[in-house]
Amino acid sequence: MIRHLLSAGDLSLDDATLVLDTADEMARLTEGRAVKKLPTLRGRTVVNLFFEDSTRTRTSFELAAKRLSADVINFSAKGSSLSKGESLKDTALTLEAMGADGVVVRHSASGAPYRLATSGWINACVVNAGDGTHEHPTQALLDAFTMRRHLGELAGKQIVIVGDVLHSRVARSNVLLLATLGAKVTLVAPPTLLPNGVEHWPCATSYDLDDALTGADAVMMLRVQKERMNAAFFPSAREYSRRYGLDARRQALMPPEALVLHPGPMNRGMEITADVADSARSVIVEQVTNGVYVRMAVLYLMLAGNATTEEAA
Amino acid sequence: MTTTLITNARVLGGEAQDILIDDGVIVALGADAATHAIVANATTIDATGLIALPGLVDLHTHLREPGREDAETVETGTRAAARGGFTAVHAMANTDPVADTAGVVEQVWRLGREAGHADVRPVGAVTVGLRGERLAELGAMAESAAGVRVFSDDGVCVHDAMLMRRALEYVKAFDGVIAQHAQEPRLTEGAQMNEGELSGRLGLRGWPSVAEEAIVARDVLLAAHVGSRVHICHLSTKGSVEIVRLAKERGLPVTAEVTPHHLLLTDELVAGYDPRYKVNPPLRSAADVAALREALADGTIDIVATDHAPHPVEAKDCEWDVAAFGMLGLETALSVVQHTMVDTGLLDWAGVADRMSFAPARIGRSDTGGQPHGRPIAAGEPANLTLVDPSTTTTIDPSASASLSRNTPYEGMKLPGTVVATFLRGRLTHDTTGGHA
Repeated sequence: MIRHLLSAGDLSLDDATLVLDTADEMARLTEGRAVKKLPTLRGRTVVNLFFEDSTRTRTSFELAAKRLSADVINFSAKGSSLSKGESLKDTALTLEAMGADGVVVRHSASGAPYRLATSGWINACVVNAGDGTHEHPTQALLDAFTMRRHLGELAGKQIVIVGDVLHSRVARSNVLLLATLGAKVTLVAPPTLLPNGVEHWPCATSYDLDDALTGADAVMMLRVQKERMNAAFFPSAREYSRRYGLDARRQALMPPEALVLHPGPMNRGMEITADVADSARSVIVEQVTNGVYVRMAVLYLMLAGNATTEEAA
Repeated sequence: MTTTLITNARVLGGEAQDILIDDGVIVALGADAATHAIVANATTIDATGLIALPGLVDLHTHLREPGREDAETVETGTRAAARGGFTAVHAMANTDPVADTAGVVEQVWRLGREAGHADVRPVGAVTVGLRGERLAELGAMAESAAGVRVFSDDGVCVHDAMLMRRALEYVKAFDGVIAQHAQEPRLTEGAQMNEGELSGRLGLRGWPSVAEEAIVARDVLLAAHVGSRVHICHLSTKGSVEIVRLAKERGLPVTAEVTPHHLLLTDELVAGYDPRYKVNPPLRSAADVAALREALADGTIDIVATDHAPHPVEAKDCEWDVAAFGMLGLETALSVVQHTMVDTGLLDWAGVADRMSFAPARIGRSDTGGQPHGRPIAAGEPANLTLVDPSTTTTIDPSASASLSRNTPYEGMKLPGTVVATFLRGRLTHDTTGGHA
């Protein structure tokens, strides 16, 4: 298993499969049980280092670490940068001095987890919990886990990802992981919201959502910030919804068993209508539950392995 | 009064000959030097195997003083310049306070004289405070003791077309030149790296080539329209090369510079998010690098300028987004040029002398006046000379730098060539010959 989880692209097929299988195991061991706690990471310290607000992701990681009996420290350093308060380096040195074994980092700057992992500031394992517009690998893992539970192995499955790909760390991680797992991904967005060089990514692209939905095994809607229209990425929220939103009409174009996913938080009425979000084929709430299992698996594989090595040495 | 005899130097890479210097002036060359009456009193420097170049002239240096003396001072920056073979540097105006008045440019000029490592030619700001709103007092800076001829808002683009037009026109009165930092601001809001496949993958905001090319195209047309010359700073894209080439074919009065780092490094280096590679304009693609080398070889790009940009450790020891743009350049420039241009056969040493001394001095108008630079290596000319050993290979060690800062992108790289000695008007400002006296 890799030492740091910085990009979904770091995971080989074997690594990714191991995480997903371990997450299955975590689900089996805790689902429906009164006592959901496992003693696996007792004595290990996990720091949730969040430079950006994200209650859902932080809570998910916190719960995952606690279910594995790790000590959890939440370190919120919103707005921290050179200009405002403590630098990333000093924060890292502080965590190192506190004896963190694993650092789960969320940061508004793309690549910040790379700096933590490679600058020699800390020895802890680094888990990227979302960096800028770069990646969010555990989100991709929980999405894959959720889809796999419903669809079986993902090799050959058609996955459609719709929305603001340009600014989406979820999309980047999903494309990389799903490609590793052998799924066929199509990104759908207005041309303004597709990144430069997307033609070199291991996926297809389309500007036409209706067309992409026929034959989809799952469709993943990305959050679109309304403010994007101020930078002329699209003319208005209404036009965006009309062209790229998922509503009941479009859902009807999909095969009956096709899943609807969303990483949350949703803009109901913008990229997805309430009836679709709450429909029987929506697995959006399940994604949240699965997020905990997947993060348990990641923390377990990265930190428990470490412990064994050290004890053996 | 010092007399120096440099023996067996390959002047501009040609045949080995002697150079006799007395009282800051080249007195004689070749056979005339060895037989000259004053040679008996001369200190001899054996330059066998070394190449003699005219003292290098940098049209684009950030010395940071006044205001950011934690990053660099005129003293440390010019010491780095001397070690890199430079005898004159044009100090950019984006200091604090901005060099937008006669007072500030004279201060920088004086600090250079006091330090004595290289002549400092201050660049004046085009607009007050680099704000792009109204013209700075360009005439006052031109008439000051600093005798400013190059004006630039470098760091930011003079993006207002009307203001740029007026600036181009106005400096004609004193033979000045506007050096444009070509960057369309709206196309580069929050830009972090070259816009391309990698920026998309890394999730870093792209700095598209077109943002440079649009300004380059506009400004060569503006310069032609008003009959002024314009100089393009740190040209970085293949498309800009094509525009400048076309403009020169039409006889338009444009000159351009390329930095050493744009001749060598590509955006692939950004993949690890190490801010040492963060620079503006950003490192571009391999195709851009190839086009820049070719353009420097064929003269489309006139000169190499370092854009030496010192930053304190904390400005780079951080996440990419908040890191400062810029990298050191003075001490490594000649080695990078040898590596990318000479050792590849694209340029000979006479070509290097042109691109790094004669041409920049001509563009900055420091080839005339009381203490000229970029003059031929000939009897009667000031003894501004650089001796280079092209046979060495050095592993770049940031801690060995004379700069106050350490932000070199070449750390650990092996680069060819060493500046052995630098003479400013006959005086050694850098000397590794070791006890020649």
